Amino acid sequence: MAFWRTLPGWVYLVLAFGFIFLPVAILVFFSFTSRDIPLPPFEGPSLRWYNKVLNNERLVDALINSVIVGVGSALVATTLGFLAAYSIARNTSRFDGLMRYAMMAPITVSYLIVGMGLLISLHIMGVPKTLWTLGAGHVIINLPLCFGIVFAALGEHQRNIERAAHDLGANDFQTLSRVTVPMLRPSLFAAFCISFTLSWDEFIIAFLLTRFEVTMPVMLFEMLRTGLNPEINAAGSIVFGISMTFVLLAILLNLRLRRKNA
Amino acid sequence: MAVPHRSAGRRSFYLNVSRWAVAPSLVYVAIFFAAPIVVMIIVSFWQRVGGKLEAVWSFVNYEKLFKKSYLLEGWFNSIEVALITTVVSILVAYPLAYVLAYQVPKHWQKFALILCILPFWTSYLVRSYAWTIVLSETGIINTVLLSIGIIDDPMQIGYTRGATVLGFVHFFMMLLTLTIYSNLVQISKSYRLAGEDLGANKFQVFLRITLPLSLPGIAIGAFITFVIAIGDFITPMILGGGNEMLLPQAIMLQVQRANDFPMASAMSVLLMISVTIAYFLLARWLKMDRV
Repeated sequence: MAFWRTLPGWVYLVLAFGFIFLPVAILVFFSFTSRDIPLPPFEGPSLRWYNKVLNNERLVDALINSVIVGVGSALVATTLGFLAAYSIARNTSRFDGLMRYAMMAPITVSYLIVGMGLLISLHIMGVPKTLWTLGAGHVIINLPLCFGIVFAALGEHQRNIERAAHDLGANDFQTLSRVTVPMLRPSLFAAFCISFTLSWDEFIIAFLLTRFEVTMPVMLFEMLRTGLNPEINAAGSIVFGISMTFVLLAILLNLRLRRKNA
Repeated sequence: MAVPHRSAGRRSFYLNVSRWAVAPSLVYVAIFFAAPIVVMIIVSFWQRVGGKLEAVWSFVNYEKLFKKSYLLEGWFNSIEVALITTVVSILVAYPLAYVLAYQVPKHWQKFALILCILPFWTSYLVRSYAWTIVLSETGIINTVLLSIGIIDDPMQIGYTRGATVLGFVHFFMMLLTLTIYSNLVQISKSYRLAGEDLGANKFQVFLRITLPLSLPGIAIGAFITFVIAIGDFITPMILGGGNEMLLPQAIMLQVQRANDFPMASAMSVLLMISVTIAYFLLARWLKMDRV
């Protein structure tokens, strides 16, 4: 009886999961084809296209640029986000709501607008477009998330431990560096991983704010102009693999943190 | 001698230091987010004279925006596509979130949820490309349908508005499932039990208790969906195949081909206004400061 009543739910669940995973599965599957086009019938498996990607100097350069911008912007965003969250969580003022709103504001605007604003400002000031300008833009899109993640982890529980450290004679800097930061390490790392993933995948700001040194998504977009190509499948699968690694790391750390606090 | 107690002076110094720790972030947001947007709004009232930006103030760009029918159409198309995307995504995501929250056993829920939003983290560029493989004339769907014999000739599914919406719905159903699920699990079971005790059937309980209480989860997900969908350049570009122009594509055209920053700015302002309107329409249920 219960089985028949819950059956539609289970069917829907399976269908939804199928829909969600379909494109990713197809992408990875056809990256192993040996044909010149990533369409059925499938022939292979072969690593032909992975070989081609890794021998494509411009692609490897783009991959490295993406890692540099991703790590750099994630580090800055995590640091700034942590400091802001710590400051707002440990002090009360009548501007708290306003400051939290200011920190979250960039999330309510399209990436396209963030990119356009920066592009036009750079243009007026005559600043050339480099990986630095792109990194500055990526910090903006990551800052709200880092702030949000760290702020959520700063509860009363942590505050009591900080008070204890103070009472035992630690000065402010010691408390921050030896108690607060280590305590928050899982959240900080999760914020870093999520930021890296977002920067790693981001296209429109990267497209607007770079010129000669491009990142992976911009490179993939250039490749797409020539139509379907298994090399894009292989490159896309590599990008996907790296994103997954970072997201799963963030999730695992967060689960461990929750278990610890529970 | 005992450990000296902290003096009042040091205490206030400490408070000041941690108070000011928020400053670098606020300055950063002001310089790299707020100021550039203000600049963009100012430039939207300027003009391009002889290939250069000139601070000639006028409403010329906005007038052009409403006179040139293809620009206005791009705006309407964008709003239409973003609205269709939002509605369809909610309809697809709600049942999934419901099943996850009320039918999947508790200890499996977290795992199922992580699994169902995992592809959310793939590059949307790569994901759109993957859909073109699925939808193309000799792609998976047409191959399967042809071999089963449901259709005799391949269907044109790729490079249409339908394909754009499909790509969007795939992306946003994951997001909405997450926001609706987190809302559903917070609704106390006693509300539903009380409804049943008072004689409501399952459908009435859903319609008059569960659904209204899950509106905040729908609203926040719908808002984020609308904001990202209306500003997205890649999905319509890759999946829509340029058959109809959406606002972000029109903006990019102004930047790349025409090199007309004032016009591109005016169109970006239009995009921002659309998002602001969406915010106020949903404001009743949105609690942004609780994100």
